[in-house]
Formats: sequence, structure tokens, C-alpha cells
Amino acid sequence: MFNEEVKGSLYIALKDLKMYYFKPPNLSWGIMFPIVMALAFILRNPSGVKDLASGLIAMSLLFAATSAEAIVIVFERRTKTFERLLLAPLSLQTILFGKVIGGVIFGFLMSCIFLIGSVIFLGIPFQNTVFLLASLMLSAFVFSAFGTLVSVAVKEIFDAMTLANFFRFPMIFLCGVFIPVSALPSFLHPLAYVLPLTYAVDLIRFFITGSYDLVHPAVSVVVLIVYSTVLFYLSVFVLKRRIEQ
Amino acid sequence: MGSDSIIEVSDLTKFYRDFPAVNHINFKVKHGEIFGFLGPNGAGKTTTIKMLTGLIQPTEGTATIQGKDIRTQIVEIKKTIGVVTEDSNLYDELSVFDNLRFVGQLYSVPQSDREKRIGELLKRFNLETKGEAKFATLSKGMKRKVTIIAALIHSPRVVFLDEPTTGLDVLSARILRAMVKELKALGVTIFLTTHYIEEAEQLCDRVAILVNGTIKTVDTPGNLLVTTNSKNLEEAFIEITGLKEEIMLVEKEGKR
Repeated sequence: MFNEEVKGSLYIALKDLKMYYFKPPNLSWGIMFPIVMALAFILRNPSGVKDLASGLIAMSLLFAATSAEAIVIVFERRTKTFERLLLAPLSLQTILFGKVIGGVIFGFLMSCIFLIGSVIFLGIPFQNTVFLLASLMLSAFVFSAFGTLVSVAVKEIFDAMTLANFFRFPMIFLCGVFIPVSALPSFLHPLAYVLPLTYAVDLIRFFITGSYDLVHPAVSVVVLIVYSTVLFYLSVFVLKRRIEQ
Repeated sequence: MGSDSIIEVSDLTKFYRDFPAVNHINFKVKHGEIFGFLGPNGAGKTTTIKMLTGLIQPTEGTATIQGKDIRTQIVEIKKTIGVVTEDSNLYDELSVFDNLRFVGQLYSVPQSDREKRIGELLKRFNLETKGEAKFATLSKGMKRKVTIIAALIHSPRVVFLDEPTTGLDVLSARILRAMVKELKALGVTIFLTTHYIEEAEQLCDRVAILVNGTIKTVDTPGNLLVTTNSKNLEEAFIEITGLKEEIMLVEKEGKR
């Protein structure tokens, strides 16, 4: 039974990757957008390029994991194909887990491109590659679950993009991607502390540079796990309500 | 189990806010029969199917399929039922093969059986040359056939067909009806909703007539003709549903 549920999730994730993720719009959100944003900052301050690696990787992760995830379910509900999944002998949690895993895999692969790019072009040595990859996976789960929540909460694809961007764009500037949170005006700190990207950036920074900006990496891990759980089960709850309406 | 019923529905009810879409309905479906679920638009047919197939939860009451409760054992039930919804809910971007493989995977059909079964079903439905075609490129009739194949991949004991011939041309509708009879011959129980009364008359062993969320009667088409003193099932349906006055009124308006 458990085995069937796990396999069901994987099949859903693989189908989503094939159908939605490896498509030009998602590749541009996952690769081009972070590069363009990073270039803007590098041109302004070329000496700070190494400090940008962790933020760049986290931003790529955020946009790659959420770009398709935020619209997949709303799209499938409109085309009635989501009903196909609901008719299968799988629990709602399994179906949504499969949806989240699709975003996790894509986000992870996109961030790995930046990771490899950082080694080759910037010569950045990592402190602990295994833990770094694990932190990328954990962060990808948080962002993908966020995308899933957006996707189950709205009725139209346009609304999904609007809602996702409402959270994503401010996060770029508030969560230490380009400017360390400690360097932000103090009135913005509370906002930074409630956003998950802050902890993802701090954790990735620790495994790249060996130092962190805000909280101990163990705290970041706990916060990201809590975010993953809350966002995932909130998605299940919201979807259940939507189906019954 | 000891019962000759494969589906048993008791006091099944669904409210959308204060509106009773389905209101305390009771009926049984026997093993291997074609059971027609008839009613005018908005009668609650699709809502009933959605509850029986686990897409939505009943507000009150329950039902069992093969002795399993839809409230507590729906995942187990889903393994033994096939559902053909009103819309062809497969993926336009995927090929026919990929769609059917994916559905087979969702139902945990082993890979070797899956490929064999897909091949057999495509052949039976005269679609063996369409395996590599994208679902989006198929005609409406072909899409409906592939949707039916998707519902049969895991060899279900009960198949729910929700308005299966709606929008099909005469030939495709005929082929589909022949398929329904073939499924019955294989021992599959069919739960069919339709608003084509002739279709129900041709296919169904028994029919339930649903009006405004409540069941008016459950009987064989033959008995309904006798009890309503009608020439055909359409007349009986009009009599039972109380649409007679409405139709007369419309005809009167038309003559003016």
C-alpha cells in the first residue's frame, strides 16, 4: 500500500516534469531570470561576485520550483485532467506530494546548474557538498509546496502568477539574496525573518562559505522543515475545500 | 458478502450550502447488470456518480461498492472501479500510449500486463494505429474511446459511464453502445447516466429515475411501460418526472 502510494507520487512527478517543466518558459524563469538579476548587481559591484553565489542559487531554486508548480494544478483543474488523478486509487496527500516532487526535482536541477557554474566560473570551493545538496532539496521542497498552495488557492492561471509574484519578488530584496539581511534597515528585519527564502539563503551560504548571516544552520533547517510541513498540509486542506465546493 | 448487489446506496445525500443536490436516495445495483441512472439536467446524476467514485464526500448517508464503504474505504474501492466522466479527461499533450501507460501506472498495473492490456484494448476499440498520436489530435469519438480504454486498463468490476454518448456522432454512439453490451458480457457491472432515454431503453436492465435530487422509481424498462401505461420509455420518463405539463405548456406557446 505504502509502496503503491510512493510510486504513484513519482509517476505524477515524472509526468509533470515531462509535460510542464522542461519547457522554454520554465527554463527562462529558472535560469535566465536569476542571471539577469545577478548581472545587474555584478555590474554595479564586480568585487562582490563571490558573495552572490548563495543568493543566486537560492533565487534560481525559488523561481524554478514555483514557476510551473504555481500553475500546474489550476491548469489541470480547468482542463479536468486533475479529476483523472483524483479518480486514481491514491490519497489526496499522495497526489499533492507527487505534484510537489515535480517542482523539487526541477528546482534542484536548475540550482545545480548555478552550483556547477559557481565552481567553474567563480572558483568557489564548497564547505560540505553533501549537506549543501541536502539543503537545496529541503529548500526546493519549501518553494515547491508554496507553489502548490498558490495553485490550489486560485481559480485562474493569471491569478496564480499574480499571487506567486506577490510573494516572490519582495523576497528577492528582503531575504538576503543580493543584500545581507543584517545590512537591511532594521524595520525590514521582522519581514525577512518570516520569509522562508531568508533561511534557505542563510543555509546555502553556510555550506558554501562556512559562515552564516542570521541564524545557526540548525535553526534554518528546523524552520524550513516547519515551512515544508505547514505549506504542504495547508495545500491539502485548501484543495479538499475547493473540491467540495 | 452473500448479497447479489454490487452497489448499495443508503440515504445518500449531498448539500451544496443549503441546496440539496442529492436528497436521501436509496437503491441497489446487481452484479453484472447495466443500471441506468436517468433524470433531467440538474437532477443530481453527476453528483451521485461523484460521491460513489470518491470525487466528493456525501453530506449524509453512505454507499458500499463490493461491500466497501465509500466514506472509509474509497482508495480500496477505486482499485476496482473504472470511471468515464462526461469530459475526456486525458492529457492533450501526451500520446495515446503515454496517457494509457500513465493511467496504468496510477492503478499499479504491472508493466508487462500494462503493455499487453493497452495493446489488446486499442485493438478491440480499433485504435491500434493511433497509439503514437497525440490525444489532442484525435476526433471526439476517438477521444471518448481512449477515455473508456483508460477506465478499463485495470480490469475493473464496476464501470461508471457518465453521459458517454453526449456529443458523439451517430456511428460513434452506436459503437459505444455495442462496447457497453460487450462489457456486460464480460461480467462487468455498468452504472450509466444518460439523458438519452432511447439509449437507456436499449441498454439497461433496470433504471432509476432521479428528479430534483430524489429517486422517483427504480424498475426494469418493461415494468415502467406497464405501470405508466406508456408506449416507450420516453413517455414513461415524462410521466414519472412530471414533465408532461411543462412540455404541453411549451407546445402551446409554440403554436401561438
